[in-house]
Amino acid sequence: MTDPHQAGDAREQAAPARPLARTDFADGEWHRLHPATPLFRGGIAFVAIIGVLIVNLRDRLIALFVGADDDDFVNGGDLESDAIDYLVREQLVLVALLAGIGLLLLIIAGFWLSWRVHMFRITDEVVEVRSGILFRTNRKARLDRIQGINIARPFVPRLFGAAKLEITVAGNDASVPLAYLRGTDADALRRDILLLASGAQRPAAAPDAVGAAGAAAVGSGEGIGGMLEQRAAELLAPELDVEVAQPQSVVRMNPGRLIGSTLLSETTIILVAMLIALTVFIAITGELGLLLAMFPGLIGLGGFLVTRITRSLRYSIASTPDGVRVGFGLLSTTNETLPPGRIHSVKVSQPLLWRPAGWWQIAVNRASRSSQNGAAGQQQTTILPVGNLDDVRAVLRLLLPEVATDEATPALEQGILGRDVDGGWIVSPPRARVLRWFSRRRNGYLLGPTAVLLRTGAIWRSLTVVPLTRTQSVAVRQGPVLRALRLGEVHVHTVAGPIVPAIGALDRLDAMRLFDDVAAASVRAARGDTSHRWRQA
Amino acid sequence: MSEPIEQAEQAARAEQAEPRSLTRSETEWQRVSPRYIPVDMIGTLVFGAIATTAGFLPFWFGWREGWFIGAGLALIFIITLALTPRRVRSIGYLLRDDDLLFRRGIMFQRFVAVPYGRMQLVDISRGPIARAFGLAELKFVTAAASSGVLIPGLPLAEAERLRDHLVAVAETRRAGL
Repeated sequence: MTDPHQAGDAREQAAPARPLARTDFADGEWHRLHPATPLFRGGIAFVAIIGVLIVNLRDRLIALFVGADDDDFVNGGDLESDAIDYLVREQLVLVALLAGIGLLLLIIAGFWLSWRVHMFRITDEVVEVRSGILFRTNRKARLDRIQGINIARPFVPRLFGAAKLEITVAGNDASVPLAYLRGTDADALRRDILLLASGAQRPAAAPDAVGAAGAAAVGSGEGIGGMLEQRAAELLAPELDVEVAQPQSVVRMNPGRLIGSTLLSETTIILVAMLIALTVFIAITGELGLLLAMFPGLIGLGGFLVTRITRSLRYSIASTPDGVRVGFGLLSTTNETLPPGRIHSVKVSQPLLWRPAGWWQIAVNRASRSSQNGAAGQQQTTILPVGNLDDVRAVLRLLLPEVATDEATPALEQGILGRDVDGGWIVSPPRARVLRWFSRRRNGYLLGPTAVLLRTGAIWRSLTVVPLTRTQSVAVRQGPVLRALRLGEVHVHTVAGPIVPAIGALDRLDAMRLFDDVAAASVRAARGDTSHRWRQA
Repeated sequence: MSEPIEQAEQAARAEQAEPRSLTRSETEWQRVSPRYIPVDMIGTLVFGAIATTAGFLPFWFGWREGWFIGAGLALIFIITLALTPRRVRSIGYLLRDDDLLFRRGIMFQRFVAVPYGRMQLVDISRGPIARAFGLAELKFVTAAASSGVLIPGLPLAEAERLRDHLVAVAETRRAGL
């Protein structure tokens, strides 16, 4: 309970440094994390353990004061009762209490020590973290290899104004977490890291708008009342800072659409089917045993749906100078910045049930795996959980600004909705109808100047966009069935993810042409690619 | 509505493109060593013997009609063995100006083009049988797991030369992820 004060004191100490646009975290020196970090990381479990102990001792405490019969000891575990009886009998209560307090102090000292040695620094080249008392770890990540920076505010730390910053680089488990920092510091630090990573010169661009906003926010924090007020303001504040992104570049989620799309998902269908099956079964057999067996599954599915909705509320995608920013969450909030050129492929797709409503979703392949879960509870690869065509257009423009240009808009529209060869698309030949019953006229590709577009599916429609600067390799394949039909299939290889960019059942000559063109174009594109230093002209 | 045009187009294409497979104009493919044929065959034989024996187990344990499992497996492995020389001869690679072109397969044809700049690492590995024949296999790894460029049956010296060449070229054409 002392921690709010502690955090508040530290905040006021930090206040004089505020008016500077840059945090002093990015100065290349070693820094420590938020002083309340141990509480957020281990403290919750600690409180839970004490809670469990109290619940278990409840009966004994009641017995102590009320003097109930011995027969009432049903809930308290036998072992526990025996142990406490033993302690009372042997008059060791004081010793046990002292031992308990000693253990508590030891744990607190351990937490404090681990906070002391957990330090990070950010230089012009790398971000480095060292931690651990017995097992020391030291992790360094190159700034120009950053794939994304994520700021998460789980509910409890958020109440105390703390946030978790996570810098991800390519690969599995390749992230540098800084948990926890003061919320405003985390925002400023992210801006600084991105600025350093972008290749811009240090003093050149320092957007002071946000710094000023931060200073204003801190300025109101006078005393405990002021601090509480400020917490409340932070909790109720719009998820996205107005200064960071231009309003016209922001895509927001409509809550009605979010709920509707979740209700029209496969999970809901399974849930409803299970409920119907259950009702019918019970009505026929009159047996309630199955209800008990199915109950956990039903609860789990229902919980999944609710989590999905609450996590995706207040969803926003915005463009910032340092990349796309995706934020969401009602109680626990998360927002992530993906610098330019970190998106390896984009897929616009439409589940069958969403078709009447005209809703779409957008997923991406990216080289990093964030430990933070995405809006729908899965990896952070679904960028737009649900949106109409306008949203899709806007998000494509945000994700791939060099691909979704004004000239490319008709091609993209054709890719999402169209079919046949209009607009230069090349589709499967009529003999491919055996393999693509309904989608023969839609199944096709278009090679643009900066990306290859793959269009598939007439019932489950989808469009995959792979920027040529990000293709790793390309393959053309043919098995016996395709051979008999003189067809071929082309795979464009990108980093692993939910999207597998491939197009099957093309005429063999078209397939070969696409293969050769993509191979040549991706070499050209890679040569001119400077996205790892996106602000360096 | 464009059906007649498509049909005409199709007919024209069928004429000009008699072969059904993915034929390419490149002729100067680098092939793998013919010594790789026995290496591949021995590997298939060992695996085939084990699998066939396992396939006959139900038969030996009293299921009289179960012979077809083992026999079918044996047949599959015999066909695989018979096709090994052709399959090995179909493996080839080509060092183009900016990328590595790799091909393999006859029934299941596959061509891959990997820009040198996308190389993450090159691996040379040698199994016991390949080592006895003085061969090695070279793996070209990119950030995409599906690239799958694995050139088997290279004489060790050639594999090492190829590796050094690839590393050198990749350095000059270095690209991001």
